[in-house]
Amino acid sequence: MIRGAVRYLDRRAGAAPLLRKALRYVFPDHWSFLLGEIALYSFLVLVATGIFLTMFFEPDLSKTVYHGEYAPLDGVHVSKAYRSVVDLSFRVKAGLLMRQTHHWAADVFIVAIVLHVARVFFTGAFRKPRELVYYIGVVMLMLALLEGYLGYSLVDDLLSGMGLAIGYSVAMSIPFVGANLALLLWGGPFPGPPSFEPRMYVAHVLLLPIAIGTLLALHIALIVARHHTQFAGRTRNERRVSGLPMFPGYAPRSIALAFAVAAVLVLLGGLVQINPIWLWGPYEVAQGTNGAQPDWYLGWLIGGLRLMPGVDVTVGGYTLVPNPFWGGALFPLLVFGFLFAWPTVERRITGDDRHHNLLDRPRDNPWRTAVGCAFATWVAAVFFAGSADRVYASFGIPYAPQIWFWRAVALVGPVAVFFLVRRFLGEVKRDEAAASVSPGPASQL
Amino acid sequence: MKWLWSALALLLGRGRRPAAPAAVERPRIVPRQPPSPRGENWVLLLLVLATVAAGAFIAVYAIDRLPAQTQLLGLALGLAFAFLAAAAAVASRFVVPVEEVSEPYPEPEHPAERDEVLQIVEESGERMTRRRLLKVAAGGAGMTLGTALVAPVASLGPALHPDALRRTPWRRGVRLMNSSGRPLRLQDIEEKAFYTAFPEHASHDELGAPLVVVRVDASRLDLPDGRDPERWAPDGVVAYSKICTHAGCAVALYRAPLFEPTSASPALVCPCHYSTFDPATGGGVLFGPAGRPLPQLPLEVDGGDLRAGGGFSGPIGPSWWGVRRR
Repeated sequence: MIRGAVRYLDRRAGAAPLLRKALRYVFPDHWSFLLGEIALYSFLVLVATGIFLTMFFEPDLSKTVYHGEYAPLDGVHVSKAYRSVVDLSFRVKAGLLMRQTHHWAADVFIVAIVLHVARVFFTGAFRKPRELVYYIGVVMLMLALLEGYLGYSLVDDLLSGMGLAIGYSVAMSIPFVGANLALLLWGGPFPGPPSFEPRMYVAHVLLLPIAIGTLLALHIALIVARHHTQFAGRTRNERRVSGLPMFPGYAPRSIALAFAVAAVLVLLGGLVQINPIWLWGPYEVAQGTNGAQPDWYLGWLIGGLRLMPGVDVTVGGYTLVPNPFWGGALFPLLVFGFLFAWPTVERRITGDDRHHNLLDRPRDNPWRTAVGCAFATWVAAVFFAGSADRVYASFGIPYAPQIWFWRAVALVGPVAVFFLVRRFLGEVKRDEAAASVSPGPASQL
Repeated sequence: MKWLWSALALLLGRGRRPAAPAAVERPRIVPRQPPSPRGENWVLLLLVLATVAAGAFIAVYAIDRLPAQTQLLGLALGLAFAFLAAAAAVASRFVVPVEEVSEPYPEPEHPAERDEVLQIVEESGERMTRRRLLKVAAGGAGMTLGTALVAPVASLGPALHPDALRRTPWRRGVRLMNSSGRPLRLQDIEEKAFYTAFPEHASHDELGAPLVVVRVDASRLDLPDGRDPERWAPDGVVAYSKICTHAGCAVALYRAPLFEPTSASPALVCPCHYSTFDPATGGGVLFGPAGRPLPQLPLEVDGGDLRAGGGFSGPIGPSWWGVRRR
């Protein structure tokens, strides 16, 4: 049967040479290379559960009165969008499992991407000839953040409405074009006409998934074109790549990982509640919840908005740059600007324009590692500032001093971490050099 | 029964037939490795368990009105995936050949093909005599067409009319209603409490609609110049837009002093980014990221009912470039 299928494909598509190559494609082995695959498989779970959810979700903001399974909301005026999500959670069999799995998958998806970007950064995998793979990956991270934000904004519960109000304010805050841009996107002053919901919906279920899927394909195609990077080893150098072949060695491993990711996500979706929107209630402009916390991947943005002192740029009593611009627009611009600029910056500074197939261990390049750690410290300080209100509620530490603390950490932390890491790694390298009179595998080349 | 058994044996035995000896002994591609019956047993067991768990999922799904159905569904499906993952992991280690292969990395560059690409482009362009003019014309046409195709984006919203942002339903005489549609009365407004009000006969679902109304101790009242307390704080009752001037959330928290001598002064707080506004001083910012005060609404008292005495003191909602700061 297999013989027949291969013959059929070869005669129709000339596929045999490609198949022959694909089966023996070499995957160098290291646990950290699995992070990207975890993101990939989370994406598949997102698509699968998402398709199920679209069968029940109504992207409609017109109002209706809720009468359904969840008694505490009985008689409450809600949007049809919100009602459809409550109903698909309580009325549709396996609906809540699918919804919670979808939500967990989104959270895990972005964790995996962030860790994957960190791995690529600290090992220098972004260097020539793989800059394009890296840029595409960072674009996918941006799209994934937007996709996640739109996903929970669609539901029209109180938390999502507050998130949208903040997004609207950030759009409004952009100098010279903000008000016009926000009116264009929302179709009118916030919360906008009911037609705003279908805009988010088509972006969430069609435009962004297609964009992410296309970039994913391109990302993988470009990796295959240049082959995987690898750490130096006995049989691994700049000219030869070695590891498990795709078939039969690597395929069952990757399949195992795919199923493991699905297992974790489904178990979380079934056993660990996430985003119980019936507790938040429907969104109304006059309502707010205390201790409002978005999904984790927006924590750095809410932190940026909370950390920033109340500074507006004004000209003659008129606002030029409203405050949300700093934390909501400039901060992510700087973060992604850094990620996009880094390969070029590093090449300019080091003058290293060579072709790299071997990865650095983080200690091999103390300067890059120190810069990366400093950058991560900066973003983390802002991220943690975003949870100061939860810390206040849980531990009673007053809010304002916490904010001042994180402001200080965001300013001083990166500098301190930079010098500490560079110094520590310098010592590690010296010890290593002293310990081995013969050069280690990394320097054999 | 007998034929059933023999059919089963035939079916299961199919794969075990020794492969027909190849006419010519070809060199192996995948190395021969000894079988691992224990590994295969584990894979079999895990596959059976996965089948059982997947079957349990179908069963749980089919039974109506099961308590904790979501949890059981998640558990069954999750375990099915977990067993499959374990089966594949064991197979990858013990059932399929484990080998290390090595091959050269692809050529870093292809100068010959690169030159040919350039040559093709150059030779193709030789027929043109007025190249620059054509370039300018094509660029002009392309850019204009591009702009034309993008222009309909303007249909998405009133981008060129930001005045829409300044409109609110509040004007002189509009009555303040609570969320259940009853008029707010001056005498009912207590200190240390917090009231939300909406304009009578108007939608609650726009940023300009909701107000916060609180009563401030007369001795603390210190409104900005030009706001006559008679008109802006009758009997110490003040009304502000409930929408934070920072990021558009509802100012849904009221910090009322629990113990006057030590507590901080009363303040209106937004739960999104903790912008904190002083109701006694015309909504000035006490703490947090907000860049301008909460817009205040002048009030009139009409037979005990509260009515708006005019429009807000400033634009409501989040700021944009060009908005007045005060």
